[in-house]
Amino acid sequence: MSETLIFYALSGLAIGASALVIGQRNPMYSVLMLIASFGALAGLYIQLDAPFVAVAQIIIYAGAIMVLFLFVVMLLNAPKEDGADWDQSHPLRLPAVTRLGSMLAVLLVVQLTWALTEASNIGGAVSGGHDGGTVSSVRQLGRTLFTDYVFAFEATSILILVAMVGAVMLARREGERS
Amino acid sequence: MDGWLGVVIMIALGVGFAGVMIGLSLLLGPKNPTPEKLAPYECGMPAVGDARERHSVKFYLVAMIFLLFDIEIAFLYPWAVALRDLGWPGFVQLVSFFAILSVGYVYVWRKGVLEWGPVARTRGQAQRPAA
Amino acid sequence: MLDSNLHAIVPLLCVILSALAVMAAEAFRSPGEDMPLGGLGLVGLIGAGASAVALWGRNASSFNVIVADNFSLFITLLLVVVGVLTIMFSGPVVARDGLPKGEYYALLLFSIAGMIMMAMANDLLVVFIALEILSLAVYVLTGIRRDDARATEAAFKYFLLGAFSSAFFLYGIAFTFGLSGSTRLDRVGAFLAAQSMSDNPLILVAIGLLLVGFAFKISAVPFHMWTPDAYEGAPAVVTGFMSTGVKAAAFAAFTRVFLSTFEPFTGDWAPMVWALAVVTMILGTVVGVAQSNLKRMLAYSSIAHGGYLLVGLVSANDIGKAAILFYLLAYAVTNVAAFGVIALLGTKDRPNDELRDFAGLWHTRPALAALMTVCLLSLGGLPPTAGFIGKWYVFSAAVSAGYYDLAIIGVLTSVISVFFYLRVVVMMYMVERDAALTPPVKIAGLGMAALVASIVAIFYLGILPSRVLTFASQSISTIF
Repeated sequence: MSETLIFYALSGLAIGASALVIGQRNPMYSVLMLIASFGALAGLYIQLDAPFVAVAQIIIYAGAIMVLFLFVVMLLNAPKEDGADWDQSHPLRLPAVTRLGSMLAVLLVVQLTWALTEASNIGGAVSGGHDGGTVSSVRQLGRTLFTDYVFAFEATSILILVAMVGAVMLARREGERS
Repeated sequence: MDGWLGVVIMIALGVGFAGVMIGLSLLLGPKNPTPEKLAPYECGMPAVGDARERHSVKFYLVAMIFLLFDIEIAFLYPWAVALRDLGWPGFVQLVSFFAILSVGYVYVWRKGVLEWGPVARTRGQAQRPAA
Repeated sequence: MLDSNLHAIVPLLCVILSALAVMAAEAFRSPGEDMPLGGLGLVGLIGAGASAVALWGRNASSFNVIVADNFSLFITLLLVVVGVLTIMFSGPVVARDGLPKGEYYALLLFSIAGMIMMAMANDLLVVFIALEILSLAVYVLTGIRRDDARATEAAFKYFLLGAFSSAFFLYGIAFTFGLSGSTRLDRVGAFLAAQSMSDNPLILVAIGLLLVGFAFKISAVPFHMWTPDAYEGAPAVVTGFMSTGVKAAAFAAFTRVFLSTFEPFTGDWAPMVWALAVVTMILGTVVGVAQSNLKRMLAYSSIAHGGYLLVGLVSANDIGKAAILFYLLAYAVTNVAAFGVIALLGTKDRPNDELRDFAGLWHTRPALAALMTVCLLSLGGLPPTAGFIGKWYVFSAAVSAGYYDLAIIGVLTSVISVFFYLRVVVMMYMVERDAALTPPVKIAGLGMAALVASIVAIFYLGILPSRVLTFASQSISTIF
């Protein structure tokens, strides 16, 4: 019973915060709302018995990626989304485009609903979780990660390395040559 | 869910403590504001200009590098928990993962990404005066 | 000596280690110091090629997720050829355009490593990571000329659309995992063999999402939007590299996933791929006719070539599978050389890639004009070049599988495409050079050597194809 209550509280928080992200005029507040939304999602992951995902959500999303978002806001130096400055004739503001967008959104909801109702008959394929406590589930994850998926894990280091070179390359100052 | 009760209490204590402290100081503290007191505190110096200055793209780069190493660190958690089962092979796996990334660390360091401030910008000159 | 579990990743390790060495060398290079970084890359690639030859026919596998069967080794050798040619073209270009040397070679080698990994992957998760490694490196290579607004715009477009398509691909993997409980291709295949579509319509969702991801990487219509801009904006050497390497790696994984893992559902995905092939061939050819920029024209030509390769995939018979491998090789050698010519003709200030820049090339640089002619004839599929044999096998695969419609469309679009390839040839031989254009540039010896080598390969594959074809058919027999 209390689990259901917590679930609804957390999902309400996540949805409300996400709605506020796009509802805010000040982009800084949008970023803060996004952090709240990520926090609520982390709570939901814990309820789903996925503590590692929850921790990664906090450390990587709410921690590092939000810092990046904040830096972008500060780089662009836009204190407010000012409606008067918006280009009213921008092609994205055409009613036809707006309608297409909302149609796609509705389509996505319908498709997801369909997929989720279908998913109930997937059955035993993905029966993770409840065979152990929450702590041993991180342990199991560690074991799986470093045995079955060890190659993918090592390959990730190459991926991170490429991202590092790319970041240094693209953010270097104009005209700076070596 | 039972294992998480401690975490919930911890969060509640943290939020509660901060809230109580701010609330109490609002209620009990004497208030007679002057313009100097209301100004943002900047190491005792008078504040100059707007805080919302445009930042250099360099800070963004540092944040990006931080993100990448943050991902690296996140992998340590399941590894540390499962290390007893993994034994030496697990140790070797993590060390090779870190070895590959340390090449990136050396690269980022030598490229001067981690250097702060306007001086010592160019790699190879400021760092190696007479090498 | 070496744990036999590790044998299959040796080619991959060679490339990765050389890339790491390049990065470390770049870190300790003082400004202006000249280091043979390209040579370091060549060493790694040759090591990868040699180990791939040594592994031939041994069916090694590592960690259960990397397989060095003949199929992936054929693609590995192809990628080594592409990589070696690209590095040979790159030397003069990097010096001329002042590109950041260490990063350029490091990213090039990392993306080759990603491509090899993608060809060898026997696990959807590894396919995805390999795809991301190669994509990230190629995005940055596209925009490596920071002072060029067009290059930055191209990189940005490519990155945004690429990230979007990666999301589709990942979603497809998630559905596949949700259905079968595994990301390993052999286990997914075993699971799927016992399923039928009516029981599990979600399989169709998984197939569709994976198809979108692959179609984007091979720039099949309607997922080709990024291609002309990215190919035009990137430096010509990089374009030559990514139009062949990315396509080869993506087709390798595409073939492995769809012709072995999703083989039980061929009847369901074949119509989708059929439609993709038809629109890709037609649009790539028809729009290509209208281009006045040579890089854009070759971009549409590369889209059309993706369509011909899809014909081999739809045919799904042994000729078709072998034809894909042979066609990839023929196309790779030809396209790298064609973009190599453009790269060598460019100058620091002007890429010299408009069609009119090639006017009268025969009078100023006869050798280069002759080499370019061979490349264009091979792209058009005229005998006695590699492109002719490739198309011949692809279309005969379609005919023997009963896809007469695909074969007819393919032949017709090939004929149209010859028109725009010949337009360049006519330009080079029969039009006088516009004096207002930049004077002819000096051509570096290394680049010329790479060109001659690829021309020899084009003629070898065109006149004596049987040996390579035998290898190609041996390659496919190991996995399917």
